[in-house]
Amino acid sequence: MLKVLKSGLFTTVQDTGRYGYLNKGVPVAGYMDSVSAQKVNMLLENDDHAAVIEITMTGPTLEFGESSYICMGGAVISATLNNEPVQAFQVLKVEKGDILSYGKLKNGFRSYLAIKGGFMAPVVLGSRSFFSSITAKDHVTDRDEIPYKSQKEFTPKITEIKVDSFLDEKVLEVSKGPEYEMLGDKQLEALFYKEFHISNENNRMAYQLEEQLIGHEVSMLTSATLPGTVQFTPSGKLIILMKDGQTTGGYPRILQLSDKAISMLAQKKYHDVVSFKLV
Amino acid sequence: MSTYDISIRPFGVHSILVEWPNRVEEAILEDILQFIQHLENHCFEDELWEMVPAYNSLTLIYREKPIDFDSFKGKLLEWYAADKKQVYREKILWRLPVCYDPEFGIDLEEVSERSGLSMEEIIKLHTEHRYTVYGIGFLPGFMYLGGIPKALEIPRKSKPRPKVLKGAVGLAGKQTGIYPQDSPGGWNIIGNCSVPMFEPKKSAPCFVSVGDKVQFYPIEKAEYDLHKIEGEVGIYKVEKIILDA
Repeated sequence: MLKVLKSGLFTTVQDTGRYGYLNKGVPVAGYMDSVSAQKVNMLLENDDHAAVIEITMTGPTLEFGESSYICMGGAVISATLNNEPVQAFQVLKVEKGDILSYGKLKNGFRSYLAIKGGFMAPVVLGSRSFFSSITAKDHVTDRDEIPYKSQKEFTPKITEIKVDSFLDEKVLEVSKGPEYEMLGDKQLEALFYKEFHISNENNRMAYQLEEQLIGHEVSMLTSATLPGTVQFTPSGKLIILMKDGQTTGGYPRILQLSDKAISMLAQKKYHDVVSFKLV
Repeated sequence: MSTYDISIRPFGVHSILVEWPNRVEEAILEDILQFIQHLENHCFEDELWEMVPAYNSLTLIYREKPIDFDSFKGKLLEWYAADKKQVYREKILWRLPVCYDPEFGIDLEEVSERSGLSMEEIIKLHTEHRYTVYGIGFLPGFMYLGGIPKALEIPRKSKPRPKVLKGAVGLAGKQTGIYPQDSPGGWNIIGNCSVPMFEPKKSAPCFVSVGDKVQFYPIEKAEYDLHKIEGEVGIYKVEKIILDA
């Protein structure tokens, strides 16, 4: 068991996500920054489906109940294991009673903690990813216990990697969304030549942007949306749906973020800057 | 089938959007559902595609690898043209109990004022029509129901409520529906359905599918309470009627 001594701001368990229920309105969920989450799993030689802990901005304090191996990475947050500083993207051994404690966020927004074999939060509809109304909890709270298997011996093939960080990149690669053609010259110019600030309305469901385009009066029938879909409201607001985003919507879908762009955006927080580049 | 001009557009690298004419029409929805069956039975073999139908569109999602749009579009058009035969598709009507007691129907009075109908007339109109499930989304198990009588078309509330109860039955514009969970919401709430629309612990968490029909029937508060208890112990059975094709 992993004991949660302090839960942090918004800490969840996430795997690749919940597949096969989009036609019942169930969002995919899953880790927001799949690039970082897959790297920490890879170092532990876990498969991509192994569940990791997703930490948002302010990290938790955690106590390990059994020995195992861990790896963390993603947003840069200082962390200590039994008061000794630890590095990201490095395989670390933990023993029963060890305490992992997160400190200050330095860069990015979401960090991942993986454990050998993955965290064993209950599987609901094929996934361990937390999601309100599907799993019992939508985030961990103090004194929660998250199961994992004890691992006495493990010799990783690679013990650490240097990561090309994309935390400082701000250009999001996008393709045209289904309703892209509705955009006029002025809207296109603003979309691709301006920078956008992340609004305070940003979470696992969606990121709203502060700057708006000229609005529109296009109405469409409700249709499917995906993580990474950029919705364009009549008043001109841009809403980028993320992993917990609703599966259908009635706003024009003007752009679609690449998988990597979704990971990049997942590391942005209030007032960070992004721009769009069509590929 | 395959009687419509369909358009096919890319939607990111893992997804493709097929669109039918931009109308809310049962014949269009039926054509989409027939095409889904054709794709499942004859085209996708072992590949795991997710298919999301809604109103006049079908979104196909494949996560394993990127889709080669041009070649896949060609295949889809061929498959659609080849889908000539109408296959039997079971048509299901779900009869769902709704308690219109003022305890739940918190906007009934306002709806009555705005529509000029008495509360009894509202309930009668709301329960005598069969609605079509044109989509499921917004929340897990939330149905977009079409076919609402004109007289019940009431604009959504100008100020959404921060919390609408699970099971709340609402009216908004051309739509009626059930909130499957507690949620913020701007619909006019006229009652509460005692049947849970989404149960994550079940392997089939949502009994309704796009294309099904739904009809409401009124129940008293006592019956509502009984359904809730039956639901908790797992003996409540929702009323399912197979309609003739």
